[in-house]
Amino acid sequence: MIELVKAERLSAGYNSKAIWHDASFSIKPGEFVGLLGANGAGKTTLFRLLLGLEKPLSGSLEIFGEAPRRGNPKISYIPQRRIIDSETRIQALEYVRLGTFGNKWGFSFGKNAVQERKAALEILKLVDASDLAYRSLSELSGGEQQRIFLAQALVGKPDLLLLDEPLANLDIRREIQLVSIIDRIARSEKLSVILIAHDINPLLPVVDRIIYIANGKVAAGTPSEIVTNQKLSELYDAPIEVLRDSRGRLAVLGTEEAMHHE
Amino acid sequence: MNRLGLLSSSFSLNLWSDLHSMWQYAFMQHAFEAGSIVAIVAGMVGYFVVIRRLSFAAHALSHAGFAGAAGAVLMNLNPLFGLLIFTGGGGLAMAALGKKAASRDVQIGNVLAFMLGLGVLFISLYKGYATEAYSLLFGEILGISSGNVTLTWIAALVIICAVALLYRRLLFTSLDEDVAEARGISMLGMNIIFMLLISLAVSIAVQVVGVLLIFALLVTPASIAQRLTKHPLQGIGLSITVALVATWIGLFTSYYVPYPVSFFIVSVVFIAYLIVRLVQFLQHTGKAQPASD
Repeated sequence: MIELVKAERLSAGYNSKAIWHDASFSIKPGEFVGLLGANGAGKTTLFRLLLGLEKPLSGSLEIFGEAPRRGNPKISYIPQRRIIDSETRIQALEYVRLGTFGNKWGFSFGKNAVQERKAALEILKLVDASDLAYRSLSELSGGEQQRIFLAQALVGKPDLLLLDEPLANLDIRREIQLVSIIDRIARSEKLSVILIAHDINPLLPVVDRIIYIANGKVAAGTPSEIVTNQKLSELYDAPIEVLRDSRGRLAVLGTEEAMHHE
Repeated sequence: MNRLGLLSSSFSLNLWSDLHSMWQYAFMQHAFEAGSIVAIVAGMVGYFVVIRRLSFAAHALSHAGFAGAAGAVLMNLNPLFGLLIFTGGGGLAMAALGKKAASRDVQIGNVLAFMLGLGVLFISLYKGYATEAYSLLFGEILGISSGNVTLTWIAALVIICAVALLYRRLLFTSLDEDVAEARGISMLGMNIIFMLLISLAVSIAVQVVGVLLIFALLVTPASIAQRLTKHPLQGIGLSITVALVATWIGLFTSYYVPYPVSFFIVSVVFIAYLIVRLVQFLQHTGKAQPASD
């Protein structure tokens, strides 16, 4: 089976200074991948490489069997924490429509406009947001906005979904709700997903693979391969302990993130 | 008394006969024609100015235009050319420095102040009438020449065609820059085009409301529209409508009352803005009350 993403000895950074280097991993079609690591570790940079917005410093990266290129319609991207100004009032439905028509010329009218609306409404139903279609994006809650962003990303029928911190600022209940919506759609539409997160716990029930970026290094594998004392200690170059509570939730102790919590 | 003290007609309750009598004067015809075109274009471009949060940048461009127009006056050229060159140059500079540059208010403010100063110098060097400065700063639509009406038409057609062609891309890049970029739209290209569109719109709008009151046509109508509708096309339509109605009321009133047209236009849009805010505030508190019981 052809790999969806294949990276070999890949290094990334800005101004010839590497943020991380020598990453080799592959992602198979249909996989749900969790991309983890501390702030500034270079998770979004990997997205920018996949989107063709940045060039690798060295190594090779292939996506759908070819070099990344900008504007690839097979990839949809949800950036991190978009600021929806309360003064900017835009109907959720119109916002979702941008996902299909945003890069076209001129206006859409007649049959095209009807079709676009229909497609947008169908996608909104898919993400459990039919009731939000005619509301203004700025008056929705964080979790509701994420579902609208998801709908916008899905309406162009992509094969790969890149989600940058969609769970930030959501409470645990909404985290679980959003992850399960993404997972359900990914399975039913045969979509591959790469999702950036801080906390692995909400992802554990759904992820097939984890890519962990820390300390300039990248490790990839199944959760049971990666989230271990040994692997994470190697990655961070410091003693890391992975604890598991009675409900199977993990706590990673000894990383910068963990220390900040204390 | 009417503004020139020469016009014989006085206000009657028959709107049609009032318009008919004021349109007997070529300067009123020109004013209505140019004012309407400008209102349409400013309302349309203004919608994107507001959703792109570029109102201060637009304001600054008009100030750059003041220096250009004053320089043109000094060199005995059509001020409109000076406006176009300086606002266009300023717009290109802002676009080249990136969208974030356009929201750096302190830096923009510094350039803006310098441009106004430059304009003051040019005006003082000019040995003609001080009314030139006044009309650049506050607009003088009643004095618009038929040549400038033609130029206004051309600029407006360029803007309307560009917005019609780029509507979806403008909307996408305005609301969702990162996603639009990932989808292959060139941010630099769109920023340059949009800044040039603002420059063009500002240049012709200065004739109506002047450099200092540019907000009245370019921002306030669009911000009113933004409050009233969530739908982009409706928003643009509403923004144009507000700008048009304000311009017409301004021109109509100034025919009978000897105060500047731009004062009336600014007043109409401001009052409309206040009413909308007040009504929405009352609706909001009206809704909130039962919940607090």
